[in-house]
Amino acid sequence: MATEEAGNGFNIHPMDQFEISNLFGDGGVHWYSFTNVTMWMGLAIVAVILLLVVGTRKRAIVPSRTQSIAEMMYGFVYKMIEDIAGKEGLKFFPYIFTLFIFVLISNFLGLLPMSFATTSHIAVTAFLAMGVFLTVTIVGFYKNGMKFLGLFWVSSAPLALRPVLALIELISYFVRPVSHSIRLAGNVMAGHAVIKVFAGFAGALGIWAALPILSITAVYGLEVLVAGIQAYVFTILTCVYLNDALHPSH
Amino acid sequence: MEGNIAELGQYIGAGLACIGMGGAGIGVGTVAGNFLSGALRNPAAAGAQTATLFIGIAFAEALGIFSFLVALLLMFAV
Repeated sequence: MATEEAGNGFNIHPMDQFEISNLFGDGGVHWYSFTNVTMWMGLAIVAVILLLVVGTRKRAIVPSRTQSIAEMMYGFVYKMIEDIAGKEGLKFFPYIFTLFIFVLISNFLGLLPMSFATTSHIAVTAFLAMGVFLTVTIVGFYKNGMKFLGLFWVSSAPLALRPVLALIELISYFVRPVSHSIRLAGNVMAGHAVIKVFAGFAGALGIWAALPILSITAVYGLEVLVAGIQAYVFTILTCVYLNDALHPSH
Repeated sequence: MEGNIAELGQYIGAGLACIGMGGAGIGVGTVAGNFLSGALRNPAAAGAQTATLFIGIAFAEALGIFSFLVALLLMFAV
């Protein structure tokens, strides 16, 4: 597997950083175990509370730095939903804002050295994406009834093509939670693994270690960008799916 | 030369699956490049289309992610 030793001086374990381990006591990881994933997710929630609840508690007219960051994020997501899903989508603002800020803070916490990137686990992102998928499907059927199935029946296409298109649309609809979750997990995981591989080079090259260290710095900068962009993409796709559920006409 | 032929197949398959990422790279490049050429012709309209840009990139990227998934499955799940 990828974590085997190469034997010629390189000692690279790019996937070891994603191992889930029990923080207290030994034994296997059970559903009730307090693992490093639990801890870093909890820290993400604490950070969100610090930013949004404690940071905005004063409600100053001239906001402090923390308060203006919180206000900017609020306004950013609000405008995104309004632009993409329309006024009806704003009913789902709390849900989408929660997703956005949780993914964003988890991504950024995962970038701290020695920390654990919770969003690199498909289990975590798949849970979020399945939540979005189920919400969107239920909302679509609740709001539009059977008209929601018009999403799959492309009425602007020639009649002969419609069954084929319906099949393709159906497949692409059910693939959504897969791509939605693996996009986030894959990007975060791949970035962290790349950094770890370069770190492995640095250990083996002696004086030339400066080269991979420079590359790590560059990749790290890219990763900060990716962390933000992937949180943005996750949220914007949620809005797109929500728009499909609220306005299913093709 | 010794080893497990199933493992050989896993490694070769995972490597082949990564070719798919090249396609995703071309797709993302096309989306971003066309956005830029459009944006430079009409910079006033560019700001409103950033969301569309990211949606396009995300959809182009999705298929590359499936090839990454296949590679991961071959390495760790098969």
